[in-house]
Amino acid sequence: MDLSTLWFLLIAVLFIGYFVLEGFDFGVGILLPVLAHDERERRVLINTIGPVWDGNEVWVLTAGGAMFAAFPEWYATLFSGFYLPLLLILTALILRGVAFEYRGKRPDPTWRARWDTAIIAGSLLPALLWGIAFANIVRGVPLDTDHEYIGNLWHLLNPYALLGGLVTLTLFTTHGAVFLALKTTGDIRTRANALAARTGLITGALAVAFLTWTILDIRGGTTATILAILAAAALVAGLAANRAGREGRAFLGTAAAIALAVATLFAALFPNVLPSTTDTANNLTIDNASSTPYTLKIMTWVALAFTPIVLLYQSWTYWVFRRRIGVRDIPDA
Amino acid sequence: MDALDLARWQFGVTTVYHFLFVPITIGLSCLVATMQTVWARTGDERWLRLTRFYGKLLLINFAMGVVTGIVQEFQFGMNWSDYSRFVGDIFGAPLAIEALLAFFLESTFLGLWIFGWDRLPRRIHLACIWAVAVGTILSAYFILAANSWMQHPVGYRFNPETGRAELHDFGAVLTNKVTLVTFPHTLAGCFLTAGALVLAVALWHLIRRPGTDQASAFRSAAKLGAWVTVIAAAATIVTGDVQGKIMTQVQPMKMAAAEALYETEQPAAFSVFTIGTLDGSREVYSLKIPDLLSWLATGDLNGEVKGINDLQDQYVAEYGPGSYTPIIPVTYWSFRLMIGFGMLAALVAVWTLWTLRRGRAPASRWLLRAGLVLPLLPLAANAFGWIFTEMGRQPWIVFSEMLTRDGVSRSVSTGEVVTSLAGFTLLYGLLAFIEIRLLLRYARAGLPEAQPPADTDVDDTEDRPLSFAY
Ligand code: HDD
Ligand code: HEM
Ligand code: HEM
Repeated sequence: MDLSTLWFLLIAVLFIGYFVLEGFDFGVGILLPVLAHDERERRVLINTIGPVWDGNEVWVLTAGGAMFAAFPEWYATLFSGFYLPLLLILTALILRGVAFEYRGKRPDPTWRARWDTAIIAGSLLPALLWGIAFANIVRGVPLDTDHEYIGNLWHLLNPYALLGGLVTLTLFTTHGAVFLALKTTGDIRTRANALAARTGLITGALAVAFLTWTILDIRGGTTATILAILAAAALVAGLAANRAGREGRAFLGTAAAIALAVATLFAALFPNVLPSTTDTANNLTIDNASSTPYTLKIMTWVALAFTPIVLLYQSWTYWVFRRRIGVRDIPDA
Repeated sequence: MDALDLARWQFGVTTVYHFLFVPITIGLSCLVATMQTVWARTGDERWLRLTRFYGKLLLINFAMGVVTGIVQEFQFGMNWSDYSRFVGDIFGAPLAIEALLAFFLESTFLGLWIFGWDRLPRRIHLACIWAVAVGTILSAYFILAANSWMQHPVGYRFNPETGRAELHDFGAVLTNKVTLVTFPHTLAGCFLTAGALVLAVALWHLIRRPGTDQASAFRSAAKLGAWVTVIAAAATIVTGDVQGKIMTQVQPMKMAAAEALYETEQPAAFSVFTIGTLDGSREVYSLKIPDLLSWLATGDLNGEVKGINDLQDQYVAEYGPGSYTPIIPVTYWSFRLMIGFGMLAALVAVWTLWTLRRGRAPASRWLLRAGLVLPLLPLAANAFGWIFTEMGRQPWIVFSEMLTRDGVSRSVSTGEVVTSLAGFTLLYGLLAFIEIRLLLRYARAGLPEAQPPADTDVDDTEDRPLSFAY
């Protein structure tokens, strides 16, 4: 395998890591007004992701950095072309990050309610927008011969992309609900479990429609088809486990569904990184977008040496904070 | 204003803003780790209370550092896409390595530190805050390596076929002589900032609330902060002096611009300030220290310092027609403000140490007032340092290789940049307001009760409330 293919895979892995991990903490944020009925319950929800959300977010920073280093053309075209959606995502992530940290710093209910809004909007918007962005990457966007984006905002808001956005939104919501069922005790656990069963059905329907549309109409291939089928199967298995009250398995199921769905998109994309809808000659591919073999070689060594360490200590964090929490664990404000 | 100017303003605003939080995080994480270490070693509860207290301030600041940093990571592609295409092969690698090595470390271990007080054995919990501190320093190194490459590109070749700069010696990039001097200078600036913050808060408590049970703890904190400030200030002078010589080698125009020196002089004097115009035509009054600029630039009191006019001619001969002179009033004043504000902070620290000598208690109203502006001084010095470094490099975005105007995104419209510039400015303004009020609230509240964390249990069945939670 040549190095640009390897880096395409690694970037896929980084995005998979991001969506699987940040996916559930987006879900928890979205569900804040739904699953929590009072202040203590809201704090239970927020504390399930308290120690880990920031570490989860670094996955996207690493993915962005890796894109810059390994495929500068891809990074440059994508980020300048998708300017406004990215701006919204950034705004959302800023508000959300500050909100987690600042919300509990004053006992005042208005203060807390405002930050709750920031958490909810800050989780919901990126959950939707990342789907729109990725669907557009797979579908392709208008690029000129210099690989510059020549469309406008409305090109990005096509029906296929909007469906993609709804898929990530519902998928992350369900993933979050399943995560909460796994990590909490008492009422919240029961409610989360019931909610996951309901949102799971909508998610399933949307995801199947989207993946089918992708493979039949946008771009497919055998690998993508197999991955899509596995993604659907994982979601079904996860939802079945949720119904049976097997929370750990349910979480593995939704996590695998997200991972496989993202993998489907990357498989469908390969060997392009950003196809052009104006002329396929203008496609950005792993060959014309990549860095030099020397840079890729260095990056490969660094990634091989340090990714396992990161995985090790991040897993350890999840182990340290493995205990379920409920309202009686929450200290007085 | 066109998209280029707007994009430059946007980068300047967001980066300077990011760098208000960065030095506090870098310096304070080390200082908090030190405080916790002292507590672990001595069992003295004052240090535990100080750890918790300054730890809170660190967290409030850290949140802002993180969210403003995310913008940095994305904005190269958004606003500077042609720059990203040109340098990605080189510049992307340190950025990606920074994320992988440093950001994961900082964020994961900070989470462990915040929530781990009663979940982790004490030694491991202490190691977590040190891991955060190491992470911040690694992060500074890699980002400064990337920035220094723009100041002084090394270890690459221009490939005319692809039209981009391509890496051929990564070791050279990491050991760029500009990186090696910028890194210690910036770290010194960070410790100066954090030391001043620790000192200022402690001083306020000592003067405003003398004789409480917290006084003795704050006295120790004030001393720690003051010493860190003084030593770090000395370190900025030493490292800054080395930087001046390297800068004169790699970007002589920047040194001439720092002094508004139009004609080559030997020896050259350093002006502390100048009244009049800085365009070389008229000088009303200027307070000059003879030979100092020669020393700063060359290490020789009688060294020759090239003037702007000669350098402009020399650059035209080398790089073709055009203006290679940065905006002189900006470089001239930002250089002086960087030094001036930093030294002022050190002066306040020395003054405090004097009033604290041999068990005395500080009571001066003037010292209290100085303490109130103290945290702002090094923050301003840092910002002006960056403004000097970055504006002094103009018109280049990558010195000698790419002009700033060629780096901007072509596909991004003026409207889009206006939207993001206005959006970030408003959002950042609002967040600054909230953050400062929160910091003041916690700074005033004083030390939390000394209640050592319960001994750890990793026992799942026990259902005791979490003692640390959002
Ligand atoms: C607390 C902050 C602070 C203080 C007191 C100083 N500096 Fe500084 N200076 C910075 C904060 C800073 C900075 C923000 O950290 C910069 C920008 C980039 C860098 O590495 O450091 C900087 C850059 C910078 C540069 C430009 C390097 C380049 O462009 O390649 C020079 C020549 C100096 N400094 C020299 C000095 C001297 C001679 C000082 C004191 C006598 C001094 N600095 C004090
Ligand atoms: C690795 C770190 C950095 C990189 C790669 C970098 C790169 C850049 C780039 C791409 C620009 C825009 C083009 C230009 O106008 O020059 C710029 C300008 C600027 N940067 Fe930096 N920068 C870095 C760190 C910083 C920091 C930490 C600060 C200060 C807090 C700073 C202050 C500025 C300012 C004030 C400008 C505006 C100058 C102008 O518009 O001419 N920079 N830099
Ligand atoms: C212009 C280039 C820069 C980029 C692209 C950038 C990027 C980032 C990002 C993405 C984060 C968030 C990390 C997280 O989530 O934990 C961050 C935080 C941080 N950055 Fe920057 N940064 C820049 C300039 C700098 C410089 C010049 C320094 C140091 C000298 C620095 C030091 C730090 C530190 C210590 C943090 C930790 C968070 C905090 O400050 O509270 N950054 N940066």
